Parts: sequence; C-alpha cells; structure tokens
Amino acid sequence: MKAQGVLGWLALVGLVAGVVMAFGIAPRELTQGNVQRIMYIHVPAVWVAYLAFLLACGASVGSLLTRHPRADEVAHAAVEVGLVFLGLNIASGSIWGKPTWGTWWTWDARITSVSIVFLIYLGYLLLRRAVDEPERAARYAAVVAIIAAPNIYLVHQSVNWWRALHQPASLLKAGGPTMPAILWLGILVNFVGFGLLAAYFVARRVSLLHREAQVAA
Amino acid sequence: MFQFAVGPDRERLAGTLPGLLWVGFVLSGLLALGRTFVIERENDCWEALLMAPGDKSAIYVGKLAGNLLVMLTTEVLLLILFAIFFNVDVSAALPPLAVVVVLGTLGLASVGTLFAAMTASVRTREVLFPVLLLPVQVPVLLATVKATEAVLAAEPLAAYTHWLQLLAAADVIYLVAGILTFEFVLEP
Repeated sequence: MKAQGVLGWLALVGLVAGVVMAFGIAPRELTQGNVQRIMYIHVPAVWVAYLAFLLACGASVGSLLTRHPRADEVAHAAVEVGLVFLGLNIASGSIWGKPTWGTWWTWDARITSVSIVFLIYLGYLLLRRAVDEPERAARYAAVVAIIAAPNIYLVHQSVNWWRALHQPASLLKAGGPTMPAILWLGILVNFVGFGLLAAYFVARRVSLLHREAQVAA
Repeated sequence: MFQFAVGPDRERLAGTLPGLLWVGFVLSGLLALGRTFVIERENDCWEALLMAPGDKSAIYVGKLAGNLLVMLTTEVLLLILFAIFFNVDVSAALPPLAVVVVLGTLGLASVGTLFAAMTASVRTREVLFPVLLLPVQVPVLLATVKATEAVLAAEPLAAYTHWLQLLAAADVIYLVAGILTFEFVLEP
C-alpha cells in the first residue's frame, strides 16, 4: 500500500514536470504554433502503451509457467492501462491531425497500425469477459498476449510498406534524434511522468483485481 | 456478389481482384477454422484429447494440418471459380501464386487453430472468433494481398520478396507460439 502511495506521488511530480516542460520551457514551434505541444502527450503515450503491452507479454509468460494469479493480474492490468494510453495517443493524434494535416483521420501507415494494435488488445479484454471460469480466462488471455506482442512488430512493418504519410519516427532511429534537444528532453520528461502514472495505475488495478478475486472466491 | 460490389469495369475489377480473392479465402477459412474443435466440445471428447499419449503439441500440429488441407482445397476451388468468372489467366503465375497462398494460409491457420481451441467453449464463439483472429492477421492479409497483386501483374520476384519474407517470419512466429502454448489452451 505504502509503496503504491509513493508511486502515486512520484507520478504526480513527473506529470507536473512534464506540463512545465511542455508549456513553460519548450519553445513555441515556428510553423505549427502551440498545437505542436500535443507532441508531449502524443509520443510518450504510445511508448508507455507499448511498454505496458510488453509487460503484459512477460507477465503472461510468467502466468503460464508459474500459474501464480498475481502474474495474470499484472498482465490483465497492463493491457487495460496500455489500452488507455494507446487511446490517448490515438485521440491526441487525431486532434493534432485536424489543424496540421487538415483531417481527423487518414489511413496512414502508423495510424492504421496503432489502431489495429488497439483492436487486438480489445479482443484480449473481450476474450477475458467471454470465458466464464477465471482460471481458464487467465490461460487463454495469456496466450493471446504472448502472440500479440511480437505481432505488434509485424503489424507495423507490414502497414509501413503498405503506405506512409505520417512522418517517420523522429527519435528512435539510427544516427540519433534530429530534433532540437529541448524538444526531445520535453518528450523524455513526459515519458517518465506517463510511465510512473502507468505504473501507478497498474499497481492500483492489480490490487483491485486481487480483491475482486477474493470477493468472488 | 463481388461482381455487383465492384461493378463491371474490367480495369477496376483487375485492380481489386487480389483483395477479393483473399476476402473469399478468409471467409471460407473462418468457417473451417471456427469449427476445428467444436466436434470435441459438443460430444464431450475434450478429455479424450487430454488423455491422448505424447506431446500435446502433436494435437495442435494434427489439427493444423487438417485445417490446412481443408482450406487449401477450398482455395484451389475458389481460385478456379475466380479465374472462370472474372476471366483472368492465372496459369502463368501459378508457381509463385502457390507459394503465396500456402504461406498465407499457414499463417491464417496456425493462429486460427490455436484461437479456435480457445473459443470452442465460449458462448459467443461465432462472434468472438473472427473479432479475435482478424486484427492479429492483418500483417498476413496485407502481405498476401500485396504479393498476390504483384504475382498476378507478373512482376519480378524482387518486387515482392519482402512480403514473402514477412509472411515466412509471421508463419514461424505463429507456429512456434502455437506449439509452445497449445498445451495451456487444451486444459479443461
């Protein structure tokens, strides 16, 4: 309980620092203006979401091997939190796309692939709902999470070859980032803040799932 | 049905043919895959599967092989029908087309067999199975449609090697994951 509280406060500090970086310290972008500040939500959100899905995959492997309910609870919570952050990424991208690209939505490579990943993990939650016995739901869901994680890469690769309008990755590429240091520092601070928040959410959700299981038993 | 959806324009029809072909393959495949384990479930033979001696992954491979056979047979029939009704000559592109079809079907069937075992006992099986399977299959579908397009347009192998590589990689990942995780799915 105590560690969770600490994590919560750390997340709050991280988020405040992120807001300060995004609105106070980071400069106003020349062509896009203040709209560009959406980047400080948009980019960290997708990183955190994918980290959460990676965590879900690892926890699922652990869940199948050890049969410990805690591992499954972590996987379940991580997928839920990952979906929230991926949803945040899609929504913020849409809001950013309207003034800059002139459209809320386009079938561009990265938008498409992120939405497909979103659907895959929605399927994960649907499956959990549909299976009545919690123990069986845990096993099935773990299998889906294990397949889904490497599949993220395949989805991205295939959709990239299919078409591209979105700017390619600006930070995680060979040869280092091309944007000014102050911008990616802003992203980094927000990433840490979001990451802490996600960890806090996962921890809270795990204890909630744990109590739900106790009540059901 | 496809003829009505796209209209009689020959040019447009030729452009959409690879996609239509795979829509046909996937729809027929879904029917076969979704029923993979239903016989066992309905007749209470699930325990018999569990008691079968040897590695549980053998059951997976067996079921997968059965599905592959059914799906490939259907696809050959569909392909012949497509060639007749849409008046396309596929004979020249047959060897590379066969590679694409086999690789794509393997990807579809490997995940499909695994997911079918999970959804066999679920009340909303008919809905849940495609909802679960199709998003996962997006890379395979994209790769097969693109490769089929290139094959039918008689493009050189180099134009679609990357799609074949992606398909092969996907097949390997799905197969390994299926073989490793199947025993956990099979438990009652």
